Amino acid sequence: MTTLWTRNETLVALVIVAFCVLAAFSDPGFLSIATLTDLSRGGIVLGIFAVGALIVLISGGIDVSFTAIAAFTMYVTAMVLNAVMPWMPWWAALMMGMGIGACLGAINGVLIAVMGLPTLIVTLGTLSVFRGFMLTFIGQKQITTLPPGMREFGRMMVLRGENADGSFYSLHAAFLVTVLAVVLTWVILHRTMLGRQIFAIGGSVESARRIGINVRGVQFFVYVYVGVLAGLAGIIHASMARVANPFDLVGLELSVIAAVVLGGARLAGGHGTLTGTVLGVALIVLVRNSLIVLGIPSTWQSVAIGVLILIGTGLPAWQAKRAAARAA
Amino acid sequence: MATDLVTLDSVTKTYSGITALDSVGFSIAAGEAVCLAGENGSGKSTLIKILAGVEQPDRGRIAFSGVVQGSLNPRLSAAAGIKVIFQDFSLFPNLTVAENIAFSAELGHGARLVRPVRVQDTARRTLARIGVDIPLHAAVETLSVAHKQLVAICRALATEARLIIMDEPTTALTEREVRVLLDIIRRLKADGVAVLFVSHKLAEVLEVCEKVVVLRNGAKVAEGPASDFDAASLTRHMTGRDLAEQPPAPLADTAAILMQVQGLHKSGAFCDVSFTLRAGEVLGVSGLLGSGRTALAKALFGLVAPERGQITLDGRSVPLGNPLAAAQAGIGYVPEDRLTEGLFLTQSILQNISIGRLDAHGRSGILDLGGLIDEARDWLKRLSVKAPDPDAPVRSLSGGNQQRVVLARWMARSPRVLVLNGPSVGVDVGSKAEIHGIIASLAAQGLGVIVISDDLPEVLSTCHRVLVMRAGAVVDDIPAGQITETALAHRLAS
Repeated sequence: MTTLWTRNETLVALVIVAFCVLAAFSDPGFLSIATLTDLSRGGIVLGIFAVGALIVLISGGIDVSFTAIAAFTMYVTAMVLNAVMPWMPWWAALMMGMGIGACLGAINGVLIAVMGLPTLIVTLGTLSVFRGFMLTFIGQKQITTLPPGMREFGRMMVLRGENADGSFYSLHAAFLVTVLAVVLTWVILHRTMLGRQIFAIGGSVESARRIGINVRGVQFFVYVYVGVLAGLAGIIHASMARVANPFDLVGLELSVIAAVVLGGARLAGGHGTLTGTVLGVALIVLVRNSLIVLGIPSTWQSVAIGVLILIGTGLPAWQAKRAAARAA
Repeated sequence: MATDLVTLDSVTKTYSGITALDSVGFSIAAGEAVCLAGENGSGKSTLIKILAGVEQPDRGRIAFSGVVQGSLNPRLSAAAGIKVIFQDFSLFPNLTVAENIAFSAELGHGARLVRPVRVQDTARRTLARIGVDIPLHAAVETLSVAHKQLVAICRALATEARLIIMDEPTTALTEREVRVLLDIIRRLKADGVAVLFVSHKLAEVLEVCEKVVVLRNGAKVAEGPASDFDAASLTRHMTGRDLAEQPPAPLADTAAILMQVQGLHKSGAFCDVSFTLRAGEVLGVSGLLGSGRTALAKALFGLVAPERGQITLDGRSVPLGNPLAAAQAGIGYVPEDRLTEGLFLTQSILQNISIGRLDAHGRSGILDLGGLIDEARDWLKRLSVKAPDPDAPVRSLSGGNQQRVVLARWMARSPRVLVLNGPSVGVDVGSKAEIHGIIASLAAQGLGVIVISDDLPEVLSTCHRVLVMRAGAVVDDIPAGQITETALAHRLAS
């Protein structure tokens, strides 16, 4: 099939393979379970964020506020649980995170879906408001003693083992949450009418309105869903880092969107796959973790990621343009 | 006689004091095709919106199958089987053919989960019903316009359509595609589905219609069996005047040669094209799609770079493949698709006209905004652009007025030669006649005008001379007065 070769997914997968081959040559220890679990660990929070960013991009919008939602959620949850209900189990902390995230997402939802404001402007605004509100009124100090539930969650592993050289490796339980988020989002996008309506709105809002899709309702769902995912990611981030640092996370949003776009989602809306998103995240995590293995200074990371984005999104766009020029 | 499917009775609608529809009444029977003709602004779109339940009439009654409807809304209309196929088809370009066809039906079922098998079935069944074969898994954005239209028809059929309203159904179709569409309409009629064509370009669908209703300024001015109408009488009713067009006044023998094109060649587009254009002459270039007419038009203005050849204007050679140089030499080009190539749609009318004159109103780098705007206003008046507010975006204008804005922009630069590619594509009959009038007056001022068009009546009524293109070559050079439309059509195709 010719389309297989022009798809972003294929390109990203090939780059990943090439990268692994290169890394394996310079460090034979690269191809190990330890590397795999390291990479998986690195992709947990990024992956959840990316799934959220994907669903917004498909709906034809863009959300840059999710990192602020995550930071706000993790900080407030840790603080509230410490102060009032330290006995809450780990899953209750996750639920609480999702709840706070949903509320913040609903604010985006009201502004975008109900009032019809442009998505980029709204989420740029709420990004700043959520973050500023937290730093001003809630606190700026790191919470180094997390509530017991979150601490417990931070220690949960699904896989543990010892390398040949005696060092340990482990896969964090939160990885399962990411997997679950990917699967759930896939089901929503491809197996429910709601998901198809998200695609439809991304394809053409006007057409969607004309055939009777409740555009506002669908958009509102999208932003609440992103809020839920962001809240979840926030709790997981703090639990794994064993500290709730209010200055964390914000700043990641563009890398996340870049990973999603790298995986083939279009900023114009209506297009995007979870396979591509997962591959995009994998590539970015791989670059971050393994440039060090290759002995390349970490400041080159951002250059490398930038180049990947330019090539990964530029090449298919260029091919499409050439094809269009030939057809004309 | 069976009860009519839809009956309108003295439907009136006013928007802030302006009467859009004035006591319009007619009926549509099951299995009947009706033409609703009218120029832009005649109230056609308002009528569609009322039938679709989007707008409420101020007065009058609407009955579906004899049952008088209270206040309609889109859901009630759709439930009664009234489906509108908008001019842009309102499809989802990113989804597959099957999903597009079945989307409304699935929404109608109140489905929460995707049923891939049912979706495929619905799509296959409706495509079979109109007897066409389109790959179910193709993304709609990859389809041709004609196929997109068929998908839109299928989507309407998939939801128990009893009346399909088609807004401007033939504007974007080639002649062959129109014939395919007409065959499908015949099948639908045999199935008992009624069709309402809404357009200002109806001559081609007359043959499948039983009835014609003509609107003008919101009122019904004519109604009758389709056999009583032809293109000319439709036009007369729509515009309220006879638009029998006069061929242009003959050119004086003394008219000087203005532009000379010699051996213009680009492989795969056009080969060895030579012609001369005299001052005050209107030269038609006609040919079928793919004959090279558009590439030639673009080459004259430098948008396409020919491999060899020469263009001279007033004895001076014009550099090839350089639009800026062509414009400076005095050539103007009005593209076929003015929406994407010719206008800044979201910017104001004045800005659109004045954009080509920025240089002329610059004084050592500072723009003389007042002078620029005065000049633009002057051109608006001279080309009688009907614009309530010159600061409104160009997008808000009708097709005919948009075309005038493009013309005004060029006229402001006082060109010597104007290349008009499809000057009246997508404008209504009345505006078309006015655009032809503008062309004639430009020529009378001594401009050379090149009209590229496959609208043969237009070519014959505006041009002194017609070049016929076939497979990239100019095969005929005929004085327009000496050939009939049929003969010309034959030359294009043979």
